[in-house]
Amino acid sequence: MMQQAPALTIAILLLTAFWVPIFGMVKRESAYYISLTAMFFSFLAACATLYAVVTTGPIHYRMGGWPPPWGIEFVIDYLNAGVLVLISLISLLTTVSAKKSVEREIHRSKWPLFWSLYLLLVMSLMGMTETGDMFNMYVYLEVSSLTAYGLIAMGEKGALMASFNYVILGSVGASFYLLGVGYLYIATGSLNMADLSKILPSIYRSKVIFTAFAFFIVGIGLKMGLFPLHMWLPDAYTHAPSAISTLIAPTMTKVSAYVFFRIILTVFNPHFSWEVIPAATLLRWIAAVGIIYGSIMAIAQKDIKRMLAYSSISQIGYIVLGIALANRMGLIGGALHIFSHAFAKGSLFMVVMAVIYKTGIRNIDDFKGLNRKMPFTMAAFCLAAFSMVGVPPTAGFFSKWYLVLGTVAGKYWWLTAVILASSLLNAVYFFRIIEKIYFSSFVDLVTGGSGGHEHHELPAVAVAEAPLMMLVPILLMAAGILAVGLFNTQIIHHLLQFIVPKGLA
Amino acid sequence: MNTIVISYKPLYAVLVSLVGAFFILFTSEKRQNLREAWTFIAAFIKFGIVISMLPVILHGKIIKLTLVELAPGLSLMFKVDFFGIIFGLVASGLWIVTSLYSIGYMRGLKEHAQNRYFFAFALCLSATMGIAFSGNLLTFYLFYEMLTIATYPLVTHNEDEEAVKAGRKYLTYTLTAGVLLLFAIGATYIYAGTLEFTPGGFLKGHNISIGMLQILLVAYLIGCGVKAGVMPFHAWLPSAMVAPTPVSALLHAVAVVKAGVFGCVRIIAYVFGPVLLKDIHMWLIVAYFVSFTIIVSSLFALASDNLKRRLAFSTISQLSYIILGAALLSKSSLTGSILHIPNHAYMKITLFFCAGAIFVKTGKKNISEMDGIGRQMPFTMLAFTLASFGMVGIPPLCGFISKWYLCLGTLQAHEIFFLFVLLTSAVLNAAYFFPIVYAAFFRKPAEATGVAEASIPLVLPLSITVVMAVIFGIFPNFLFHFFDLARNAATSIITGM
Repeated sequence: MMQQAPALTIAILLLTAFWVPIFGMVKRESAYYISLTAMFFSFLAACATLYAVVTTGPIHYRMGGWPPPWGIEFVIDYLNAGVLVLISLISLLTTVSAKKSVEREIHRSKWPLFWSLYLLLVMSLMGMTETGDMFNMYVYLEVSSLTAYGLIAMGEKGALMASFNYVILGSVGASFYLLGVGYLYIATGSLNMADLSKILPSIYRSKVIFTAFAFFIVGIGLKMGLFPLHMWLPDAYTHAPSAISTLIAPTMTKVSAYVFFRIILTVFNPHFSWEVIPAATLLRWIAAVGIIYGSIMAIAQKDIKRMLAYSSISQIGYIVLGIALANRMGLIGGALHIFSHAFAKGSLFMVVMAVIYKTGIRNIDDFKGLNRKMPFTMAAFCLAAFSMVGVPPTAGFFSKWYLVLGTVAGKYWWLTAVILASSLLNAVYFFRIIEKIYFSSFVDLVTGGSGGHEHHELPAVAVAEAPLMMLVPILLMAAGILAVGLFNTQIIHHLLQFIVPKGLA
Repeated sequence: MNTIVISYKPLYAVLVSLVGAFFILFTSEKRQNLREAWTFIAAFIKFGIVISMLPVILHGKIIKLTLVELAPGLSLMFKVDFFGIIFGLVASGLWIVTSLYSIGYMRGLKEHAQNRYFFAFALCLSATMGIAFSGNLLTFYLFYEMLTIATYPLVTHNEDEEAVKAGRKYLTYTLTAGVLLLFAIGATYIYAGTLEFTPGGFLKGHNISIGMLQILLVAYLIGCGVKAGVMPFHAWLPSAMVAPTPVSALLHAVAVVKAGVFGCVRIIAYVFGPVLLKDIHMWLIVAYFVSFTIIVSSLFALASDNLKRRLAFSTISQLSYIILGAALLSKSSLTGSILHIPNHAYMKITLFFCAGAIFVKTGKKNISEMDGIGRQMPFTMLAFTLASFGMVGIPPLCGFISKWYLCLGTLQAHEIFFLFVLLTSAVLNAAYFFPIVYAAFFRKPAEATGVAEASIPLVLPLSITVVMAVIFGIFPNFLFHFFDLARNAATSIITGM
């Protein structure tokens, strides 16, 4: 059973996704519970996989026993075992918290369909994480895009247009990726990543390989919302059903970021990605501009979901910056940021989902005084916001710390300035909300002529917290932010340090 | 080398108010007595823990505790040395009196959101202890940022427009300083490979270019100097005066600005060290820079009519004494500088307590309205008078001793100019404090009122602190051995042991 864990992570979800609509026809409510159970077992399988990797080293799982390079292989090493559990855990928590929100936002007749697509989306993300085959990666990438199109389109007014935009851009991205795979196949005759990494160095000067690499960067960049390929992202996050924003914001872009790591470091080697093609230089610029652009756009937003979407664009910039720094600290910082941002953004979207469910508030100005209505939810919001700003000891601080170390070690002073400036911009848009939530009770009251602070009585507000099914996942995610922060050394020691190529300072 | 003692006490000192804070938070808003009980329990336990470490430190030992690794090669590390315990003693001791005062103040004004207030207060103290006892720069930074965040709810406590604006200003300044500090710490780690505070500095001999060291020093000193109110980074401090008076007292005397100067001295003496600071030709620049603050902020103080605002500018000036003393790098100036941390704390907290007591009792905020107030509130104004004598540096108040050593230090460093700065500032101090005293006692009040003192929880704390200020002036080693600690700290910095 343990040996089959890597396959089970996706097989459980894939098979359940097939049965959900069928059972759903009999009883609509069953769709949710079946999906939740499947998510839970898939999570267990992911944990088992991680455990196996940490104790015995990387796993090569051959689908159907066919040996690579002909058969499809799942390769789970230290980095993607971590990402796998991360994705699985966050999807599971999102599933738990999404129930009520989905029941409110999605029409009853669509529940089975919704949950079926939801399972497929999670399945494809986990597949992208695990696979060791470039074409298989394409398949999962397409499944994740197609399911995401469908799920986003189920949202509010405007979702159809957002989804359509995403269909167009997503298809362009997927085609680019597929072209890249095609070129590599022509040049090498192989699709297996490990195999490719052995064959490719001999033909690194070939124009075909350059082109393929460029196609990969653009294709994956589009999928992860990397500036300036982010156009689909704000609308999609804003108009999707809350549950779907909550699912895709922390997971989809992070998995794509992981694929980015994989392609740059494993399929191609650092020598190629950083020296033969000066991709690092280009990516540094793109990341830096994206970081600042995302932060400034986030400040300009009124709708909280849209603000978080722009903030995501900025945070993706951090991860790419980490790769582009091309040194030890940078890579670790970028990889750790996959974890810290997943937890932080996940909690923020979960909080927003709870707020929308409970009060219907979307506009940031309406958050005033919300702390007295939803104290625990808002406390989690603060913690996640601190992580985004980078206040120690939250996770966000440590990824920022490693990134700063990376920029200093590489003597990219202007990038140090970019990271630090962006954390201040993050502070601007998050403290603006925190100020509304906690400290604005008397702002609109007209003070008497004498001026000064009179002793107002706060109007009584009954506590109306989110239901426990939402609150508990929110608090767990918030705990995750602290855990990633406090145990970042363990994460780096057991998982992330292995991504650093040998001989890199 | 100093003997090292491993003990969990510094951790407990940090945790006790952190745990206490959550007890406070989860107490019902209506249960005042319980909430205040939590505060007192935490405050006394904390003070007890800190003072129990004093004998060990006085014997010349160092308490050290290495906890989890925060980042590979960098641990959460506490280290209690001569300098750290001074700050720890001041902050934990004054928390008790400030709590008593807070209770009087908050009850007197029937303030809202008292849970949040006492919660944030306890968090602040936790962070302050962490700063005092942190053994390396990363630990220091962790608590320094925690302090920034924990103080924010206190600054915006009134929740009106002015408070919100002050809060924004506060965050803008302190968070910007925070990222500069982060840059400096990161760069230090990359270049030096260590972040552990060492008397006499650890940056020497790492083959770092002079230009880089100068940039680092500037980043560090701005990073800490913003909290210390060094001009031109001081603007948040007068604005933050909209906060309730006990918060101002906390900001000025116990935690926030003191954390700033504490950080500056740590950087100068324990990261760079006297030798390196002279090698990179920065010590005089720093000294001239803070001298500017000393004089100019005194002039600002002269011009303010609002009592709390005047006190705020006085703080800005006095804190720069401490940085000046450290920057002059002589043994006496360092002694004076370190000694000025507790001395200024006791005097300044008294002054703020007085301002708050006047406000609670009479609603008056401006000095021009305070004619004859000494007749109405004799105890309060007596304390105010004594404390302001101390600020000027008149013996036998404790302010005299630290200033005496600072003046000696300027001579030891052969920099007479700074002696004039200190003496001019003393004259200016007199010029802005004595008119208040004169008006309070010798002018006729607008309307005759009998003696009507503020309530006991307000008057008792300010009496305690002023008595302490007098005692420390006569017996500098009374109870806490501040003088010995300061002198030993200065010696260890100069000799590098």
